[in-house]
Amino acid sequence: MSKHTFSIGGVHPHDNKISRECAITPLPIAPTVYIGVSQHIGAPSVPCVAVGDKVKVGQVIAEPGGFVGAYIHSSVSGTVKSIAPRADLAGRASTHIEIAVEGDEWADGIDTTDTLITAIPEDPKAIIEKVKLGGVVGLGGATFPTHVKLSPPPGSKCERVIINGCECEPYLTSDFRTLLEKGEQVVVGAALLQKAMGGVPCTIAIEENKPEAIAHIREVIAKLGYKDMEVMVMKMMYPQGGEKQLIDAVMHRQVGSGALPISVGAVVQNVATALAVYEAVQKNKPIIDNSVTVTGECFPKQANLLVRVGTPLRYIIDYLGGVPEEAAKIISGGPMMGRAVANLDAATVKGTGALLFLTEKQTRRAPETHCIRCGKCADACPMGLEPFLLNKLAKNADWDACEANAAQDCIECGCCLYSCPAHIPLLDNIRVGKGFALSAIRARAAAAKAAAEAAKK
Amino acid sequence: MSKLLVSPSPHIHSKDSTRSLMLDVVIALIPAVVCSVVFYGWQELLVLGVSVASCVLLEWAITKYMLKKPSTIGDLSAVVTGILLALNVPYTTPWWVVFVGAVVAVGVAKMTFGGLGQNIWNPALVGRVFLLVSFPTYMTTWSKPQGLFGVDAVSGPTPLGAIQEGLMQGSTVQELTSAYNYKDLLFANLGGSAGEVCALALLAGFVYLCCRKVIKPWITLSIFATVALVSLIFWGVNPARFTDPLFNLLTGGLVLGACFMATDYVTSPMSVKGGVVFGVGIGLLTVLIRYFGSYPEGVSFAILIMNSVVPLLNMWFKQKKFGRK
Repeated sequence: MSKHTFSIGGVHPHDNKISRECAITPLPIAPTVYIGVSQHIGAPSVPCVAVGDKVKVGQVIAEPGGFVGAYIHSSVSGTVKSIAPRADLAGRASTHIEIAVEGDEWADGIDTTDTLITAIPEDPKAIIEKVKLGGVVGLGGATFPTHVKLSPPPGSKCERVIINGCECEPYLTSDFRTLLEKGEQVVVGAALLQKAMGGVPCTIAIEENKPEAIAHIREVIAKLGYKDMEVMVMKMMYPQGGEKQLIDAVMHRQVGSGALPISVGAVVQNVATALAVYEAVQKNKPIIDNSVTVTGECFPKQANLLVRVGTPLRYIIDYLGGVPEEAAKIISGGPMMGRAVANLDAATVKGTGALLFLTEKQTRRAPETHCIRCGKCADACPMGLEPFLLNKLAKNADWDACEANAAQDCIECGCCLYSCPAHIPLLDNIRVGKGFALSAIRARAAAAKAAAEAAKK
Repeated sequence: MSKLLVSPSPHIHSKDSTRSLMLDVVIALIPAVVCSVVFYGWQELLVLGVSVASCVLLEWAITKYMLKKPSTIGDLSAVVTGILLALNVPYTTPWWVVFVGAVVAVGVAKMTFGGLGQNIWNPALVGRVFLLVSFPTYMTTWSKPQGLFGVDAVSGPTPLGAIQEGLMQGSTVQELTSAYNYKDLLFANLGGSAGEVCALALLAGFVYLCCRKVIKPWITLSIFATVALVSLIFWGVNPARFTDPLFNLLTGGLVLGACFMATDYVTSPMSVKGGVVFGVGIGLLTVLIRYFGSYPEGVSFAILIMNSVVPLLNMWFKQKKFGRK
């Protein structure tokens, strides 16, 4: 079996997929859900229901707030109790729609059966429109609205759809379970994406530590008779699932700094997103739930749960027996790029993929010592940057130099900090440098645009 | 669980630490240490003991009493410096000379610059060169290995020293090298620093470090390749005046220098490209110093000279950034 991977850097954390045998099971619906209006990259959605309204599962409760925006649907049936600011998992307040659950009544037109629908609509525009109406956003982490990604700017052409089934983050298994249990739906979802992009070929990239999924998806593709779709076995390497890294691995093309994947002819969608596309297009079912891996060595019950969007984290954890005594940190997402949870009352969003419990021993950062110039950070950086240098520049607040040394290209994968033997908080500092570099670039672009418009007048 | 820890990602760390890397270097040096003790006997053990103990104690004392900072000896880098310094001097070196070497290595070359990671030159080599210049008698009168249980100590110059002396007296290289056979050089050197004793033991350590991914092989390999190539050219032109490539590879601490001194993280370039240029520079300078310099031995000087240009190499040779020209 030939194995593919990206060309620069990367690390091998232990994959710790201890929840891989846990089938996806539905979590009972919480008594109250809190659905945020900022669940995606882009403008927050605008609520279109009022306090006291009765809503059904799958009914639109917020509309896109701009071009880069997404519909948000009610994940439960019940009564809107409030539309008010509420703290997210980091403790930051944003508008949430509180719904008290009454029964489980679905909106009209949603097909809730398990029947596989393989007939693919002829019109690509119709597919993209349904994806938009289904509120589909990228579930691989970035939560970028999918219909925007499927509408390339004029002049660019998609040459290949890549379905990202790498799941390179340690511990996470929800994509793996989805591939195993809903492989048909994912594959049809991939075919829908191919159609939407004009009938281009498709590669489903799966890392070698998921042989069952590789075999199963190959079987499904053969069974459905799709000719232009293949499974590519990827080497285990983090961050294989990073969009730019995956395109490099699959197509041997490198997306330039600040450019979009479409500039090299690629559209990448995560496995969970492909499933969401299938459900939105074939079943009229918007994103109202998603699978969440609940895991960690200190957590007694490993699980993959199908969770309604807006479920409070505490409800999920209590369902599985509460927070274990030894847990020191709870992470939403994987251990490399996930976000530490500060507020257990926060509700899940479309992009919530995992809750990971780590003990203090597992997550404690050792004291920082002198850089020994070993270059391990530079070896690990999948963007070919020099973290040791950017770290120094950022600490000296030399933002111009940060930009000159491509701090803005940093994908925040954490490989540098992970591999630093001196335990220097490289990424913490580089993030700051990246922020300043990006704002300088944006300010220049805005100034250039304003100057061009002034010249026109 | 009472409170939740909150910090930016990543939330896990690899098992590597400065200490674990240095420990790997120590482990990699064990074959060479064992070999040198077996070949040279208890005197070598004394040199090793004095060197390691003084390096560690000096670093501890400097951090505690002069810098008033937490001690850094736990990172084991002083142990590595101590072993390397010991392997770089003859086993007959008096203990107080070894101590002076440690003072220069750790006190001057390392701690003056701010400790591990801040130094420009390899501390053990600075110590060695200081001793070579200051105590030439102790540093250049070599004794043939006597063995752990041996008795026949024979004084004599190192192979490279013998060649240089012989050349000055008008002999040809062929006559002079006929005294040595390469198997001896590979398995057990004749006169020389303790660390030059067994190229094979050093190479075993080098392979270990590469397998453990502590170091990358490129610096070492480019040194070997350059030394071989450059001496092949000279030797091809005039075999009576210049030693052959294999002789150059196996003598004068080249293996020790290329495997353990030039690959020191702190004083070598960060990128692979920079490392190759660094290695080529060391190889070239080594051969030129050996052929034309006034010292028979050039590896230490070559490495220290190339150490000085590492900041430039780091600036000039960067790895290719993703998606950029």
